[in-house]
Amino acid sequence: MAEARAAYAELVRLRAAGRLPGVVELVPAARTVLVELGTVSDPLPDLAALLAELAPGAEQPRPAVQIPVRYDGPDLAEVAALTGLDTGEVVRRHAAAAYTVAFCGFAPGFGYLTGLPAELQVPRRPSPRTAVPAGSVGVAGEFTGVYPRRSPGGWQLLGRTDAVLWDADRDPPALLAPGTGVRFVPA
Amino acid sequence: MSLTVLWAGPLTTVQDLGRPGWAHLGVPRSGAADAPSLRLANRLVGNPDTAAGCETTLLGCTLRLADARWVAVTGAPAPVSVGGAAAAAGTPLRVPAGGTLTVGAATGGLRSYVAVGGGIDVPRTLGSRATDRLSGLGPAPLADGDVLQLGPPPGPPAPVDLAPVPALPAEPVLRLAPGPRADWLAGRGHELLRTAAFTVSPDSDRIGLRLQDPVLPRCRDDELPSEPIVLGALQLPADGRPVLFLADHPTTGGYPVVGVVHPADVPLAAQARPGSRLRFRPVRPS
Repeated sequence: MAEARAAYAELVRLRAAGRLPGVVELVPAARTVLVELGTVSDPLPDLAALLAELAPGAEQPRPAVQIPVRYDGPDLAEVAALTGLDTGEVVRRHAAAAYTVAFCGFAPGFGYLTGLPAELQVPRRPSPRTAVPAGSVGVAGEFTGVYPRRSPGGWQLLGRTDAVLWDADRDPPALLAPGTGVRFVPA
Repeated sequence: MSLTVLWAGPLTTVQDLGRPGWAHLGVPRSGAADAPSLRLANRLVGNPDTAAGCETTLLGCTLRLADARWVAVTGAPAPVSVGGAAAAAGTPLRVPAGGTLTVGAATGGLRSYVAVGGGIDVPRTLGSRATDRLSGLGPAPLADGDVLQLGPPPGPPAPVDLAPVPALPAEPVLRLAPGPRADWLAGRGHELLRTAAFTVSPDSDRIGLRLQDPVLPRCRDDELPSEPIVLGALQLPADGRPVLFLADHPTTGGYPVVGVVHPADVPLAAQARPGSRLRFRPVRPS
């Protein structure tokens, strides 16, 4: 995960420096980064050479976005039961950790945040909800995240925020982009 | 300076060339499923490639134009009429003020495209007017009675009688390069990809073609951490029924991508009807 994040940060820097001509998308994911060219005839950059010097941790830390959360989610008790912690301790540990957006997906502005303490890593719900409200803060596996808009979803919901995660008319439209640091603040 | 949707058909959407460049924020590319057909329609009426047109699904649509405009219909072949009189697809047509354009049921393929001189001028979202059925970005699918603003008419239409377009094959053969997780496919699966004809499921949509019959066996059952998805990616869920991703595909996904269809062949996939069959021809990456 750290390697993919570092590689993405470096590729973004190289593209900004004009060293990735023809590249139309750079998309990080959990362990891999997509480098997409505009046409099949564009020459493939020598990525191995460009990334040879890369060391995980080389990415520049960015100031963390603070997200106020009301920790009253419908799955708080379930997560407490799964982890063996009481609900207050689940909240304290979730809000104490420093997170980083590893990648986006699922919906515009939905960031998969890494940094979730191991003891809070629980499976997703056995069957997904058909409608999760916008701003719901959830956990699933190694990730935590915030639903940008009402949508179906299977993550365990700890709370809710009024922060606007996605606004297509805002610049930038996404509050959380790959590499962004995140802290959750009990509200 | 407007267009009224008299009949929207089962699904007619506004499409242009989509929103490339935002995938890192989880924004699908979207845009015309059969992009070359929309480009051709735009060129025929003198529009820039980036103009927005209408994408129909199977049964077509009926539109009324407030003022006189050039229009062109491309993509899936379908009967076309202007003011009730039969007209040709693949050529610029003059629709008089208050006149109607009808695109009928496709006789082959799935999606027809209507370009109107000046383009459809709905507001852009992230630079594009495309309706994205996965994320909900862009305008809602068209409904009967919708009124859409049009841009200022461009210069004269293309000086052509009829654009030459190859007929859509009944059973397309799509070039398929190995995907990043081709090794998740069992040997028998590789053989089926080379030899079998796959049936397009009725669950298919602008997000992707769901293929059924035959099932492709995987040689690994473990979970794959999410990976980026590209247009034309052939993803293999645990049930072995592959999904071939089209314009509104998600930007990341948790199933292995075992192959990627050549970009030039994706429009053929976008024209494949539910119930029809298609084949793959494995190629080395270019």
